[in-house]
Amino acid sequence: MAENKGILICGEVVDGKLAAITAELLGAGKKLSAELEQPLGALLIGKDIEEVAQETIGLGADRAYTIDGPAFLDSLPDLYVALIAAACEKLQPSVVILGQTDMGRDVAPRLAAKLKTTAVLDCVGLEIDPETRALLQTRPVYGGNATAVWVTESQPQIATLRPRSVMAAESDTSRTGEIEPLPIVVEDSAIKGKLVETVKTEVEGIKLEDAKVIVAGGGGIGGPEGFEKLRELASLLGGTVGVTRVPCDEGWLPLTMEIGQTGRIVGPDLYIAVGISGAPQHMAGCSGSKCIVTINKDPDANLFKESNFGIVGDYKQVMPAFIEKCRELLSS
Amino acid sequence: MNIIVCVKQVLDPDIPPAKFKVDSASKQVVPPEGIPPVINPYDAQAVELALRLKEKQGGKITVLTVGSDGADKAVKYAISMGADDGFVLSDEVFEGSDSFSMAYILSKAVEKIGEYDLVLCGRQAADWDEGLVGSIIAESLGTSLVTLAEDAEVVDEGLKVKRVTLDGYQAFIVPTPAVVTVSNEVGQARLPSGLGIISAARRQIPVWKAADTGIDPSLVGSAAARRKLFALSVPARERKCEIIEGETPAEAATKLAERLREAGAI
Repeated sequence: MAENKGILICGEVVDGKLAAITAELLGAGKKLSAELEQPLGALLIGKDIEEVAQETIGLGADRAYTIDGPAFLDSLPDLYVALIAAACEKLQPSVVILGQTDMGRDVAPRLAAKLKTTAVLDCVGLEIDPETRALLQTRPVYGGNATAVWVTESQPQIATLRPRSVMAAESDTSRTGEIEPLPIVVEDSAIKGKLVETVKTEVEGIKLEDAKVIVAGGGGIGGPEGFEKLRELASLLGGTVGVTRVPCDEGWLPLTMEIGQTGRIVGPDLYIAVGISGAPQHMAGCSGSKCIVTINKDPDANLFKESNFGIVGDYKQVMPAFIEKCRELLSS
Repeated sequence: MNIIVCVKQVLDPDIPPAKFKVDSASKQVVPPEGIPPVINPYDAQAVELALRLKEKQGGKITVLTVGSDGADKAVKYAISMGADDGFVLSDEVFEGSDSFSMAYILSKAVEKIGEYDLVLCGRQAADWDEGLVGSIIAESLGTSLVTLAEDAEVVDEGLKVKRVTLDGYQAFIVPTPAVVTVSNEVGQARLPSGLGIISAARRQIPVWKAADTGIDPSLVGSAAARRKLFALSVPARERKCEIIEGETPAEAATKLAERLREAGAI
């Protein structure tokens, strides 16, 4: 068998545009391509995607591969598994990187099974070992309590990359590269089942992933009413409200607002954590925040150790004065 | 409806971070003393979904786990929640197996049980958080698969499953037998009943060795693993926290706002 070569990133197209994860995958891919001295390919699936494929060239791909197909959320994941597996069989890359997204987390394990290799999901760091030339795949384990570095001993080495864990590649429109359509036909037998509906829950206001300021509440808030004060502060600071697992488990607020390992990964400029103890599973979703402020009456709360500023006190007594002073400072 | 649920025993994910230790030299987690392992919470939620389906459809729930001494506790926990039956898959040759070998071991046991409509797994194990086994079981059994389920119901053509997405959900209808991995959106797992605990405690959980399910020893264990651990450490992500104090909570709050303003954060 010929030796596997090259890095292939599986980009994503949403509503006809390149999804943000794609530039991050290319950012990671460019670095690996330089370290391995092997070319970087970008694979995209969609309808009429010539132009977005061109964008991946500007973002660092040496070659873009396009497959004609529906958007991921408009199809059964089986289709994407079959398409990407066929592309990998044809291109024989040494490294395949997907995003840890709706698409990547579903596709990567089965892609690995089909290609008789393995996958390391939710990586926050990818680099080449200068000695062995193997891909070192760094990821949180034990709910974020520890960090593991994995090496894959089969080919290709498949990883998914956690969103916002690397710098997105910057576009250079002067770069050139070829766009190659891959004609892949998927047998009907590869698709087991059908998609009935795709439902998108519209979020009110600012998306957590886009927010510059997040005021987050945990079990210490004590009930749904307590979040009123958090909303007031968030709206004053032009931000939005997030939660930890406890308020979701208790049914105070919906899981769509959950920040953490199994929820949303955020990276605001300011993260104000109220009544949050700071379990690693939660920190996995917010440790990329620039400035973390903790308000908690338990002085031993883990989150104080990972915060820039803190107040040990009851949020019910702290928040009114804090909101008032912020309002005063912002209006002056 | 015959449902098989795969469960794993893990280090309690809710232990305080200060109690979590690793030995970086041997690349192993040091189990904290006095804190017993628990059933993986996502697996308990898979048992929960199985029980809800059984309540509507009738049928039987069989629980499988791979592990050595004490692994039967996870099976017994699931039985105390209401599962009917269970097996422990245990053999020296399983030591050091990766997710692919684990999926192979579980698939062989599923095939031995034979009659099944649905295999449920938690979305990931709360220890290594790999999120691979369920999907690979579907590949090796050649069944349909839906990952990250928040709900499932039996329909004429098979199973209707809702898959959690970042901004909502997708609903699929898949033919049975199917493998479904269960996400936390399914909701909290019920607690074992008193009677369930008593009856589970009395049960002897049968152990199947590699030969009992026809496992090829060359496909399991550390020698067959497709990945290896290069390094394991506890992340150092501490920040220097400036604790703002005041005579009253309100005074501290006012000072905090001023400090954040000075620091350019607001």
